[in-house]
Amino acid sequence: MVPIEHAIALSGLLFTIGLAGALARRNLIVILMSIELMLNAVNLALVAFSRLHGGLEGHVFVLMVIVVAAAEVAVGLGIVISLFRNRETVDVEDVSLLRW
Amino acid sequence: MSVTLFYVFAAIAVAGALSMVLNVRNTVAGALSLVGTMVALGAIYVLLDAYLIGVLQILIYAGAIVVLFLFVVMLLNLREERYPPARGLIGKFVGVAAGAGVLAWFVTVLPGALPEAAAVGEDFGGYRHVGLALFRDYVLAFEVTSLLLLAAMVGAVILAKRRI
Amino acid sequence: MVELVIKALFMLLVMMGAFLPLITWVERKQAALMQDRIGANRADLGGIRAIGLLHPAADVLKLLTKEDVVPAGANRVLHLLAPVISIVPAIITLAVIPFGGIYTYGETKLNLVIADIDWGMLYVFAVGSIATYGAVIAGWASNNNWSLLGSMRASAQMISYEVTMGLSVVGLFMALGTLRLPEMVYAQDATFRVLGFLEHFGLFETLPAWLSWITLPSWGIFLQPFGFILFLTCIMAENKRPPFSAPEGESEIVAGYHTEYSGMRFGLFYTAEFLEVPVIGALVATLFLGGWSIPWLPQETLLGVLVPVAGEGFGTTLCLILHVLTFLLKVVVLVWLQMAIRWTLPAFRYDQIMDLCWKIILPLSIANIFVTGLFILVVEGLR
Repeated sequence: MVPIEHAIALSGLLFTIGLAGALARRNLIVILMSIELMLNAVNLALVAFSRLHGGLEGHVFVLMVIVVAAAEVAVGLGIVISLFRNRETVDVEDVSLLRW
Repeated sequence: MSVTLFYVFAAIAVAGALSMVLNVRNTVAGALSLVGTMVALGAIYVLLDAYLIGVLQILIYAGAIVVLFLFVVMLLNLREERYPPARGLIGKFVGVAAGAGVLAWFVTVLPGALPEAAAVGEDFGGYRHVGLALFRDYVLAFEVTSLLLLAAMVGAVILAKRRI
Repeated sequence: MVELVIKALFMLLVMMGAFLPLITWVERKQAALMQDRIGANRADLGGIRAIGLLHPAADVLKLLTKEDVVPAGANRVLHLLAPVISIVPAIITLAVIPFGGIYTYGETKLNLVIADIDWGMLYVFAVGSIATYGAVIAGWASNNNWSLLGSMRASAQMISYEVTMGLSVVGLFMALGTLRLPEMVYAQDATFRVLGFLEHFGLFETLPAWLSWITLPSWGIFLQPFGFILFLTCIMAENKRPPFSAPEGESEIVAGYHTEYSGMRFGLFYTAEFLEVPVIGALVATLFLGGWSIPWLPQETLLGVLVPVAGEGFGTTLCLILHVLTFLLKVVVLVWLQMAIRWTLPAFRYDQIMDLCWKIILPLSIANIFVTGLFILVVEGLR
């Protein structure tokens, strides 16, 4: 039996890595991938807690998260494509017009 | 056996995640290391008795979402000189500090805080049980996700298509 | 453990040792037949030509001794990894395909499938979705525009057809009521009365009695004829062989994603493509043609005949051998079908492939699910 504490710790570690990537990288595609990683870490925590309590709510929630992630990727990559088409860049620092 | 496998896959997942975040030069290699993480996580789900979720993880995340990332990188034909560099020192510091903060919080709070894992049946997490839970108790949420997907589909088409 | 290794070795030997070389030969002979010529017969070992059967050996020898070129500017690691990734899914799909039933020898039970898992079909889909990466990485790592175009086509085509492939067999899952492949075969190892559904409307008694003698094996192809055609189309498109060969598109993008591959690295792509033909055959046979089951002769009936005649142990073994041979025969038939399709139809254009997927197969497979569901609701089962 997999120790649940360690699964939760792994989830935290992956979330941390994803968070660091989303904050420290400037490549828009890598930022999107880091967000995916964070969502995955959350999924792992949900599955681990579901196993801990022996209920299936966590699994259903993970399915919802997967749907949200798919929708997010489709829209996010659509934004990346239209951004590249207009500005020839995937650097988030180059699209700071609306920043005060 | 399953505990050893868990640590092996956990190591693969962390290594893949790290090389995805740290690889500044090559987005395609980064996406491929993310695939490694996804597949390892799928295996960990199976070890945690979440069979359906484990398979769907590989089917959707590794098989569709990351392929979509690769497809876009190829569509834009980003070669190495086009990749933006990582943020400056302050950005890196903020990223690492935020990460370390979350990790420290987990490490200090977690040990000994969890009760014993519940005993589950043979079929726990199989497609029958999860399907019944999904379509009996959470059918409204399931139907609403179809609206979300429709909205995302329309949005993606409008964003990415040159002339509509 | 020993049993597992023997079963895996048997599957690998049959698929990679027998089917794979024979299919390269059949492919050439089928092409020759369609184009009205003799076909490959030049491989010559001391005067023995054996109607071209030596060609597979000559192929391997040639590919192994060729220079292994890695183009300048290619990503060396990914360039090496891509052919491996494209061949592994084809091999590990075999793990869940049953090549025989469950046989009892006294106390022990012999289950002729390598991994009998409850979510077998989901495993097949998951493994198949990984195969996309082989083509995608190959094109990107080669640092060649033709390769890149080919791999973009491959990724779009394979993702699209995965969706429809999944939807086209949902009707079959509803009819058979399981995702575990050995159970699916046992569900098909029976017969049903063709007009039996009339019973539910109270019409059966009005018909002559001999009509109830018309039975069919309850194979997927009879329960789900549409599902069979749609699934075969989708899985052949997944394999990227002609007529769905746009990712390789010889006429416009040289050789697509494997333009920059030579020697045994190209050989691995070639092997993957050819190995998928019998794997597809085995999968479709299991899902739609009743796997190892002999039509109109369920396992119990066969054992009931064989065991009194040949004794307990020998009779069971005889039944086992008959079942495995039936399975292999069905695989051969499906391989032949794929070869005939490959050499009959001209290659689709790329936009035609995507249109076929999203505008024809997707609506049809969703309609198939609805009709199947309606039928099951009204008749309480498809039989």
